[in-house]
Amino acid sequence: MSDFAPLLEAAVRTAAPLLLAAIGESVSERAGVLNIGLEGCIIAGAYAAFVAGGTIPLAGYGAAVAAGAAVGLLLVAFSVWRRLDQIIVGTALTMLALGITGTLFRARGDIAAAIGSTEPAVVIPLLSSLPLVGRALFAQPVTTYLAFALAPAVWWWLHRTHAGLALRAVGDSHEAATAAGIRVGLVQAGAVVFGSALGGLAGGTLVLAQAGSFAESMSAGRGFIAIAIVALGRWRMTGVALASLAFGTAMALQYVVQALGWRVRYELVLMIPYLATLAALGVFGRGTAPAMLGRRRETS
Amino acid sequence: MTVSRWGLLGVAVLALLSVLFAALWWLSPTHDASTVVAAFWHGSLGTTSAFFSGTLVRAIPLALLGAGLCVAFRAGVFNIGGEGQLMIGAVAATFVGLGHSLGPLHVVIALVAGAAGGAAWAAIAAELRRRFGVLEVISTIMLNFIAASLVAYLVRGPLQEPTGVYPQTELVEVPARLVRLLPDFRLHAGIFIAVIVCAAAWWFLRETAAGFRVRAVGASPSAAAIIGRVDVPRVTFGALVASGALAGLAGGVEVTGVTYALYENISPGYGFSAIAVAILAGLRPAFVPLSALLFATLETGALGMQRDAGIPSVVASALEAVVILATLVIGAGFLRRTALPASTAP
Amino acid sequence: MTTAGPGDSPALELRGIHKRFGEVAALTDAGLVVRHGTVHAVLGENGAGKSTLMRVAIGLAAPDAGIVSVFGSATPRLSVRTASRAGLGMVHQHLSLAESLTAPENVALGGAGLYRSRQVVERLRAVADSSGLDVPLNIPVRELTLAQRQRLEILKALAADARVLILDEPTAVLAPTEVRDLLSWVRSFAARGGSVVLVTHKLREALSVADDITVLRRGRVTFAGPATGATESSLAGAIFPGAVATSAVAIGVPGEEVVVAERVSVADDRGTVRVRDASFVVRRHEIVGIAAVDGAGHHELMAALGALKRPASGELRLPQRVVVVPADRHRDGLILSMSLAENVALRGVGAARGRIAWGRVRERARALIQRFGIVAASEQAGAGTLSGGNQQRLVVAAALEQPVDLIVADNPTRGLDLRATAFVHEQLREAAASGAAVVVHSSDVDEVLELATRVLVVFHGTVSEAGLDRDRIGTLMLGAA
Repeated sequence: MSDFAPLLEAAVRTAAPLLLAAIGESVSERAGVLNIGLEGCIIAGAYAAFVAGGTIPLAGYGAAVAAGAAVGLLLVAFSVWRRLDQIIVGTALTMLALGITGTLFRARGDIAAAIGSTEPAVVIPLLSSLPLVGRALFAQPVTTYLAFALAPAVWWWLHRTHAGLALRAVGDSHEAATAAGIRVGLVQAGAVVFGSALGGLAGGTLVLAQAGSFAESMSAGRGFIAIAIVALGRWRMTGVALASLAFGTAMALQYVVQALGWRVRYELVLMIPYLATLAALGVFGRGTAPAMLGRRRETS
Repeated sequence: MTVSRWGLLGVAVLALLSVLFAALWWLSPTHDASTVVAAFWHGSLGTTSAFFSGTLVRAIPLALLGAGLCVAFRAGVFNIGGEGQLMIGAVAATFVGLGHSLGPLHVVIALVAGAAGGAAWAAIAAELRRRFGVLEVISTIMLNFIAASLVAYLVRGPLQEPTGVYPQTELVEVPARLVRLLPDFRLHAGIFIAVIVCAAAWWFLRETAAGFRVRAVGASPSAAAIIGRVDVPRVTFGALVASGALAGLAGGVEVTGVTYALYENISPGYGFSAIAVAILAGLRPAFVPLSALLFATLETGALGMQRDAGIPSVVASALEAVVILATLVIGAGFLRRTALPASTAP
Repeated sequence: MTTAGPGDSPALELRGIHKRFGEVAALTDAGLVVRHGTVHAVLGENGAGKSTLMRVAIGLAAPDAGIVSVFGSATPRLSVRTASRAGLGMVHQHLSLAESLTAPENVALGGAGLYRSRQVVERLRAVADSSGLDVPLNIPVRELTLAQRQRLEILKALAADARVLILDEPTAVLAPTEVRDLLSWVRSFAARGGSVVLVTHKLREALSVADDITVLRRGRVTFAGPATGATESSLAGAIFPGAVATSAVAIGVPGEEVVVAERVSVADDRGTVRVRDASFVVRRHEIVGIAAVDGAGHHELMAALGALKRPASGELRLPQRVVVVPADRHRDGLILSMSLAENVALRGVGAARGRIAWGRVRERARALIQRFGIVAASEQAGAGTLSGGNQQRLVVAAALEQPVDLIVADNPTRGLDLRATAFVHEQLREAAASGAAVVVHSSDVDEVLELATRVLVVFHGTVSEAGLDRDRIGTLMLGAA
């Protein structure tokens, strides 16, 4: 039982980047754009944070957001503006980002911020003393709090502002949106940039709040898991938050397997998040995606 | 491609090359562009050893994977699981290759096992897509990670070589190896397999009813179903499994022809490079061998640059991504994806 | 009808509108004068340019030349926003509503800042009360019927203070009673001072409700004047390029049964039963027309008849050779990226084995081009390069290449001009004459009546036999006994 609390804490901490990326992807997908390049956004953000972080973590996070958004802008250029297939372009972008970050990391290892230590946890007094969940929920790095605050904020924005309404309409029918005077391309561009910026931030979190350094391909499929999380959460914030937590747990297992005293081979434990994704997608199915998800832009 | 598109392509290539030069210059520790170019040439096409032991050998799995992806993409199935399918194929072929000698056909059986392994691995994604509507893009990538972990486990555990020092298997039996074609080089009989497979894929898509069904489904699944009375789910399933089989075959070919053993990272990203190969070939199996040769040159050249000029070889994968994007922009229209059906009912 | 005084400027005026789409001149010196407080019908066959002219009026399309003037203030170009602010509102032929959003959310689309649903709902209620149109407000639009969605579109325009309503082919998919309701509402709206532009291809409808009429033919105005000065024949002359001989093909007496349905139920893709306990037969030499409003279940019925879907229960006996002419020819009827020859090869390729003899396929394609009068560069030309009419000729040609037992056609003349429509009708009649059974659905009840020897009406999943009586069909379509 005493092992449970550290697992929960690790789970929530591991879930944070997933949640950030998934929230971003939800917004993008509700506008009808499927961003397979999300993995690329994450690794780009991770590398940017590695390069720019250090004494001023904020600079690192800022760079991470910018890097992610840059990848997103490429998706906007090729798929929204030029209307090329979203999935193929997204795959190419992920390959591009992985290749470039890997190359830069290896070739110019001299470019690295001195990341002293990872983000300390911001411990909320009193609440963090709660049994079991105290440390898990209230002794997390800032980005975790940000992630969990973003979910209801995005929900509010989608349902209580005209801009959010317009975005949902774009994901539903390009014709309806255009007839209402909404610029479909612009809305999709904004949604993608927002989503990929969050993806970059997620990558920054990986480096600055978890690992403390960079490693090639350290995103390890989180981008794709985030996409699965969006589908499993039925494109709604509550579902996405819950699914993120579930997968965070699955990913955290590899860190605590020793502590839990399991006698399983390490390589097999590594499989768990990916097996879980497959199983969850199979069991819980796809649900109703936004009608225009993945479809070419038909109007302006 | 029309004339104006050739022109665009030419301009794009020139622009790319200039950016490339600048990037390579900046990346190399010595900032010496001529060394970089020489290293690239030396590593890929400059010497007979580079060509016959490096580039050509590397083109073989790329061609096999590329041919399979032509079929899959034409059916609108986006199979990004080439890596995993290749690895599982390699596992199966190694397994057969390590066993008791199966006579003169040992290598054939190993290759068949490889193809079967890759097919089975792809079938998982195919079934998930058919039954639950799971996007094959996501499932195949998940399966890549799982396969990598599986291989890591096998080569450090049950299949590890007897001394227990290295994370790899023993070498496969000699009868299970593809014969070398030239005495001093690594070029092996797999090249014939690759050429035959590409020709077969070309013939399949162009001349057979089944191949036409694949093309129709990829172009318009609803018209194929309503007018052609094609069993669309069956065609997409088959296309995904077929491309998996070819990926598995590629894995088997690598094990029986090049490495003779299984280890982690047996595929230096072939599954992803093959996407670039297929796209540049315009999804035409007839052009795959040339495209595969091109990308093999790119990759061995990059290795040469790493060896002699200090530029990490992983730059090749960034370049391949750029080629994909450039080809898409200039030659859009090659590709269409089959949207998943609204229901999963057959 | 309000009589506008001589000093009143027209509610909407378009003058000298020119519009080209590439090579095609969609509008040439077209214009329109809508008097204040009147109902103005814009007539013309499919492709005459009516929708284009309206899109110019509402700001969705920019004219190459010409002036748009709303309540006296002229401007060369409107945007959707300025048109709306000037008092123009349009209900499109293909309704543009976001299905996952509710009615108030759809109405609020295009606004700025915070979205206060209560305000919007109150406003909608007020508009609904004053106009007499009612729509449920709390459910997503996808759960509304077509007639309700149309009413919502009108409410949307009214809520934006539209004083000139443009309705584009509003009655195309409505049942006869719904049409009557809509048209009488249109008259009352005009009586209260609003102006309505009614775009339609239906002569009788226009004459029954309009004060003024403008006729478009191939992008030009061929008649513009008060409805009192027009008769059916004079309007027909203005609409149609020339007298079109409708071939009266003798079909013959109904023969053996080729389709037998016994208590057949069909479910849709999600599993909901959409056709319940249908029992009927279809015989050779018959043209069975299917009349139904959108969503009645006829879509699933036709899918079952076309052997595209298996019935959930009951027994459905179909003949050997069944061909389908689908409603959406671009998506379902042809592969636009492939050549004509490849599209010919597509028919029934699901069962084909072995190799395809492309030489023979090309021969067949050439023969079909000849036989059915398809205008194309060659059999190698891409199907996407053909005009709409020729594309449908290709679909029909491929379907009728070989003798068939049953043809299931869904809206086969949608979007086609008069010649192409006549061609399709002729082919269906000839097929029936040579022994096939034809089942054809059209959203246009008049077309159904024109073609059919027998009519089946589908309402809420129930299939019933109706006579060839328009009113009886109309009542059955709406479920009133």
